[in-house]
Amino acid sequence: MNDAVRYEPVIGLEVHCELATTTKLFCGCPNEFGSEPNTNVCPICLGLPGSLPVLNERVVEFALRFAHALQFDVPERSIFARKNYFYPDMPKDYQVSQYEHPILADGVIDVDGTVVRIERAHLEEDTGKTLHMGGGGRIHDAEYSLVDYNRAGVPLMEIVSRPDITSAEQARGYVSELRAVLAALGVSDVKMEEGSMRVDANVSVRLVGVEELGTKVEVKNMNSLRSLGRAIDHEIERQIAMCEAGERIAQETRHWDEDDGVTHGMRSKEGSSDYRYFPEPDLVPVAPTDAQRALARDSVPELPAAHRARLMGEWGITEADARVLLDVSGLPGYAEAAVLALGAGSAKDIVNWCTGDVLAHLNETGLSPEVLPLAPDGLAELVDLVADGTLSRGLAKDVLGEALREPKRPKQIVEERGLAQESDEGALATVLDEVLVANAEAVDAYRAGDDKKRKKTRGFLMGEAMKATRGSGNPQTLNRLLDERLGG
Amino acid sequence: MSDRISRADVEHVAALARLSLDDDELERLAGELGVILDHAEDVAALDLTGVEPTAHPLPLVNVLRADEVRPTLDRDEVLAAAPAVEDGRFRVPRILDAP
Amino acid sequence: MTASSPSSATGPGVDDAIGIARAVRAGERTARAVVDERLELIAERDPELHALLLVMGDEARAAADAIDARVAAGEDPGPLAGVPVVLKDNLCVRGVPTSAGSKILDGWRPPYTATVVDRIVDAGGIVLAKANLDEFAMGSSTENSAFGPTHNPHDPTRVAGGSSGGSAASVAAGFAPLALGSDTGGSIRQPASLCGVVGVKPTYGAVSRYGLIAFASSLDQIGPFAATVADAALLLDVIAGHDSLDSTSIASGVEPVTPHLGEGVDGLRIGIVQELTEVDGIQAEVRAAVAGAVEVLTAGGAIVETVSVPSTVYGLSAYYLIAPAEASSNLARYDGVRYGLRVDGEDVAEMNGRTRAAGFGPEVKRRIMLGTYALSAGYYDAYYGQAQRVRTLIIEDFRAAYERFDVLLSPTAPTTAFAIGAKASDPLAMYLSDICTIPTNLAGHAAMSVPFGVDAGGLPIGVQVLADALGEPTMFRVAQVLEDGAPAGSGGIAP
Ligand SMILES: [Mg+2]
Ligand SMILES: [Zn+2]
Repeated sequence: MNDAVRYEPVIGLEVHCELATTTKLFCGCPNEFGSEPNTNVCPICLGLPGSLPVLNERVVEFALRFAHALQFDVPERSIFARKNYFYPDMPKDYQVSQYEHPILADGVIDVDGTVVRIERAHLEEDTGKTLHMGGGGRIHDAEYSLVDYNRAGVPLMEIVSRPDITSAEQARGYVSELRAVLAALGVSDVKMEEGSMRVDANVSVRLVGVEELGTKVEVKNMNSLRSLGRAIDHEIERQIAMCEAGERIAQETRHWDEDDGVTHGMRSKEGSSDYRYFPEPDLVPVAPTDAQRALARDSVPELPAAHRARLMGEWGITEADARVLLDVSGLPGYAEAAVLALGAGSAKDIVNWCTGDVLAHLNETGLSPEVLPLAPDGLAELVDLVADGTLSRGLAKDVLGEALREPKRPKQIVEERGLAQESDEGALATVLDEVLVANAEAVDAYRAGDDKKRKKTRGFLMGEAMKATRGSGNPQTLNRLLDERLGG
Repeated sequence: MSDRISRADVEHVAALARLSLDDDELERLAGELGVILDHAEDVAALDLTGVEPTAHPLPLVNVLRADEVRPTLDRDEVLAAAPAVEDGRFRVPRILDAP
Repeated sequence: MTASSPSSATGPGVDDAIGIARAVRAGERTARAVVDERLELIAERDPELHALLLVMGDEARAAADAIDARVAAGEDPGPLAGVPVVLKDNLCVRGVPTSAGSKILDGWRPPYTATVVDRIVDAGGIVLAKANLDEFAMGSSTENSAFGPTHNPHDPTRVAGGSSGGSAASVAAGFAPLALGSDTGGSIRQPASLCGVVGVKPTYGAVSRYGLIAFASSLDQIGPFAATVADAALLLDVIAGHDSLDSTSIASGVEPVTPHLGEGVDGLRIGIVQELTEVDGIQAEVRAAVAGAVEVLTAGGAIVETVSVPSTVYGLSAYYLIAPAEASSNLARYDGVRYGLRVDGEDVAEMNGRTRAAGFGPEVKRRIMLGTYALSAGYYDAYYGQAQRVRTLIIEDFRAAYERFDVLLSPTAPTTAFAIGAKASDPLAMYLSDICTIPTNLAGHAAMSVPFGVDAGGLPIGVQVLADALGEPTMFRVAQVLEDGAPAGSGGIAP
């Protein structure tokens, strides 16, 4: 589209991620997903009269760890503030958040070679969950709503980028890298689908070469990276079309509709954005001590970019494979442990199995790598069995399938099922010679044929030989013996 | 009576405070708030540039608790206090506006 | 009724808390008998006074029996053994209706108990009743209670003060030797003064606020009422101390005051706060009482001078911006969703608005509106921000004063108890009755009111002793000397 060339999008992202603490931000209720409604509640997170908040020390530790990862400044003091507005999912009808004095300021993240600046990251409490009854579950058509406060008070870190992002693709890259960092730090589960990571996009467009920013629209309700990309692309197109038609873009919040692939404006009450922030008098400032800062620095693990670079260098894998591996919590550690246990096999093979069959199994079962019956050294054992010619790749796939489900080592499965590959040259030569005698016509055809014909016939003879070994013949040895017999 | 605060101001503030006030109340509050704010003018008029605001009377910082689970409330006891419940949840009339 | 006179320096009396606890621990008297006596008095006198919103007769008798059983078994139930205590009805007790004097919470039973109440019970004290208060502690006369005003035991046509009027009247009437109140701008000291009892506002952070229904979080503090300084000290020593459930609780705790009571004032430097003594409309007898107090202290060896704490004159204005601002946020949760009153509406916003309009009384609405306005866009800096800066000035001025003086002195309230209804229609006139007490809350310091004489009509007068943060031990030494030297007829149980 020509229009799109004349316009450039300006995108800033606000990412809310739930922190993976044991308890909530200001009370000792379990921070867990999927409990019976209104069971993980106490006077504090229900906002009962007379209750008071006390800050969970782990969230400070997590924020400081995040600060080291993305080079944030950690101000001497950060202050909690009350954001006042009425909403039934908020037990106190104010949200305890941070406003003028966030815990972290001015970070940076590298997104595929481009630096995106992060304005701030602050701590705040999550809201409860509302079910809309009747009207197809949509908020506006519902007859009434039901509220569960289990999630109320769960710690959130809100990460606000500067408007440095210029495309939907880059927005996805930013979120994906942020997710990898948060996962590596162990501070969040970062599951967009489960809502433990939520992304809002501030999107505007302007004519190329124009300094002034266009009117920004906040787009909400994207629950996957894919829908984030779609929503931003749609919003950019919508705004460009409006500009072209000479229409004014309203500053508003729009809801992404995944099914229809469009954004809808949301009704908001007059004055509802007057949040009347003021310092939360029930909490005192956070002033991280040198000891807290040092502890956080020491607990920062290798970060995704460095990790990827190291694995690409040490293991010879592609960046794409490294990304897939690092995107799954626990999988990089699993692969590294397997590589350490390797004998004859290669790290590359470990990664191929991990990002292939192992990952498929994890996705299918919802398990994490730490609880698989196949320990990392078991995967190493399998790779070694292929490398030393005991197992063909095809059989190895079967063996892995079983080892991922049953508490059995690959060697044990190979023995039980008599799957060991036949590599003995004498035995294989005998079988091969029998095959050639039985298919003398094909041998003749091979010798008389052109290249194309030869290739086809050779393949047929190889297949017959594998059949004769019931699949256990070592393909390399068989290939060599066949070449010798066919004379080249 | 003070005319510092208009009737429209009072209506706006009542909406922010979620108070459905009747005409009499709105009228009376416009006057009363005006009088109180007139009195507060002595404070509003002071030149306090360079004076730090005090949010807390005590200079405490870093009051933290360990990330350890504490007892939760019994759901029946919690819901017994609610005006309306359904399926273990608090029931509210339909929600028209976005948060 | 046969109430004995309260104790003095000569030792515990029969009906004061120290005397009751001593006798119960020694097995000379049963807690049950003490409780029964007080319940009888309540039945007789409270219909007239309306100091109480709820009498917990059955619970109190059962608790008393348990105390007696422990004494019989050779155990020591603690320093408050068998002592009845009245709680202001903004303190949560699990399963016991707690309304904060508001229709919006009428009948609400908290599923948990305030830290101070746990401490009283752990010390052997018996929770006897919940006391009347101005709705959400907003007021100076207890006339703002949704359940009707409390009457002053010294003259039932007059107010008991507020907002802890029910607690003050309960002690003055002898319903219990001890009561708890909360003080945001004078809500313990002013009713103590008007009812002729001792009332203490401890240092901010000295007593846990966990379980106190909030009015203005940065100002609220729970404190004791008693007929004597020594009893107030006893209760303060039980309830004070660090609580991990309150982020604003002082970690080091506070020094017990009881050991210092007899130390006298010899050599102490005491400043009369000029701005809090020369207030407009101050009653001559109140001014005279302060002069009398100076004589007593001077006679005790103290050096007394006048001191200026200039910025305290802005205290009232700053307070009426800060307290309503915090209150507007603290009271947002009363929305008809989770507990308390609901008035239905077509949608949730309408339900919220109707519930709040019906559930809150005029003074609470006034303060919510004022606070919302003070925090709203465009006004924050001029009002709330400015008030917080004044707070800084007040703290600095007090700091300068405490460099020269160990404690400060002033009237507690400009007048003695006024007639019920006299100020009900003039919010500003009502607010002025806290003019002497408010600066202490803004500074987060300690202060207490001690009965010192009566006016021509026999109504009690209180003198306020102010101390720096954590200055309670010295403050109580001064209070004890004032009590000992007070004119005959000061304080005591109202006839
Ligand atoms: Mg947020
Ligand atoms: Zn909780």
